[in-house]
Amino acid sequence: MPHFAKPADGSWTEHYPHLGTAPVSYEDSISPEHHELECKAIFARTWLNVGRVEQLPRTGSYFTREIAAAKTSVIVVKDKDGTVRAFHNICRHRGNKLVWQDYPGEEVSGTCRQFTCKYHGWRYGLDGGLNFVQQEEEFFDLDMADYGLVSVQCEVWEGFIWINLDPANETSLQDWLGEFGTGLAGYPFDQMTQVYKYRALVGSNWKLFIDAFAEFYHAPVLHAKQAVADESHKLMNVGYEALAYQLEGPHGMVSSWGGMAPPRDLNMVKPLERVLRSGLFGPWDRPIDIDLPPAVNPARSKAWGIDSFHFFPNFMLLIWAPNWYLTYHYWPTAYNQHIFEAGLYFVPPSNATERLRQELACVTFKEYALQDGNTLEATQTMLESRAVSHFPLNDQEILLRHLHKTAGSYVEAYQKELATGVLT
Amino acid sequence: MSTFPTDFADLEPFADWALATEGERYAKRLSSSMDELQAFYDAVFPRLEPAMAYLDAHDLNALPDDATRLLWLCYSLINASFPIEVWRQTRVPDSGAAAVELVVEPAV
Repeated sequence: MPHFAKPADGSWTEHYPHLGTAPVSYEDSISPEHHELECKAIFARTWLNVGRVEQLPRTGSYFTREIAAAKTSVIVVKDKDGTVRAFHNICRHRGNKLVWQDYPGEEVSGTCRQFTCKYHGWRYGLDGGLNFVQQEEEFFDLDMADYGLVSVQCEVWEGFIWINLDPANETSLQDWLGEFGTGLAGYPFDQMTQVYKYRALVGSNWKLFIDAFAEFYHAPVLHAKQAVADESHKLMNVGYEALAYQLEGPHGMVSSWGGMAPPRDLNMVKPLERVLRSGLFGPWDRPIDIDLPPAVNPARSKAWGIDSFHFFPNFMLLIWAPNWYLTYHYWPTAYNQHIFEAGLYFVPPSNATERLRQELACVTFKEYALQDGNTLEATQTMLESRAVSHFPLNDQEILLRHLHKTAGSYVEAYQKELATGVLT
Repeated sequence: MSTFPTDFADLEPFADWALATEGERYAKRLSSSMDELQAFYDAVFPRLEPAMAYLDAHDLNALPDDATRLLWLCYSLINASFPIEVWRQTRVPDSGAAAVELVVEPAV
């Protein structure tokens, strides 16, 4: 007996007939060859979120991002006119990585007036232009105008910075984000500047961690011990149903109830949560009033607790009812490994109590993430046994079905272009 | 010199839990026994609400050093509450080799 209404088609999944309902192959998560194709077909061609404008507070503020899936490193910088620009992190002279410190593979950030190559001292302005060549007279017909940094398409949406590594890309960021982008506009992301960031090297294919966060079917079971015993038992019997699912082009979202902020009954939560009035769902007392934009809580449910937006390929944005947000990034480093990043963003606390409430939310998040991360390694290794190839996905796992199908369609399109000679 | 404000001198035995970063607090939790964690929890939990009231009387961004250390101690209580209230062990169960590192955290 469903607790929340499903579409007239009978199920969320059948509401999107192209998804089908058959068991799904996970070969796409265990094949090194397929992974190479995904890198070229997806990560080298789609818009990728690389950060927030708050990371670039001043003229000359910059950070680098290592994009292993596209075999490059990118510099993101705020130019003199306030424009956020992105460049491949390579010196035009002989290919040295331009911006790095101590360890070439590690990301860095800072503020500068210009970028100077460690190798031969070539200098580039914040606009990417080549400004100085050491012993310029020794070169042959060198026109400095021809040797600026190689720019990367870069656009900002609601303070989120995105790049597209495909020079031939013709899809604007706004078109790429579609109705989710339009429908989320106006959410006060810019007021939530108190940030915690987590990072983990996870021994699984990048899609498996998205799978884990794209369904809440696992929550009553895997995280059973996080609730007090009675509540945990109740949750497991009830199981999990979302308020709504929506697909928008390659992207998808799930809208969920979440009654823990504050809980209906204080006995449902741990003693420290009762004192601090906070927990996994965030501090219970809302710091600001927000008129939710139309994309949030699409079912307009009073039980609403959280929306989780997945922007293909590797960015998730979670909006929580108590007025804070969470980001996830999944950066592939191999077919069976990726770097997971999480960011928790709050309205800056006005006193120690508010600060402690945010700390509890963050520590709780980490406890959950540790469980999730380890489960993924267990999944990856068994998928690689190939003892089983196809897996039944239920209606609450529609976003997983959509993700694997979308990723597969990008690879197919890429292979078709290779075969017809559009790509060389 | 006392670690915490005078009103919280009773917490002096737990001064080594006044750690500035989440990484240090988490490491101390993992290297403690459950008995040590229980003793820490039992002593600091009842003092949390008084500590919140004391700290809230100050500007969060201009806390005296002893108040800052009291705040750190409260952060440690949050970290240690999971083994005591939830897991009954220091580590997150089934977390095996998984590691999640906090790479950016607020200055205070």
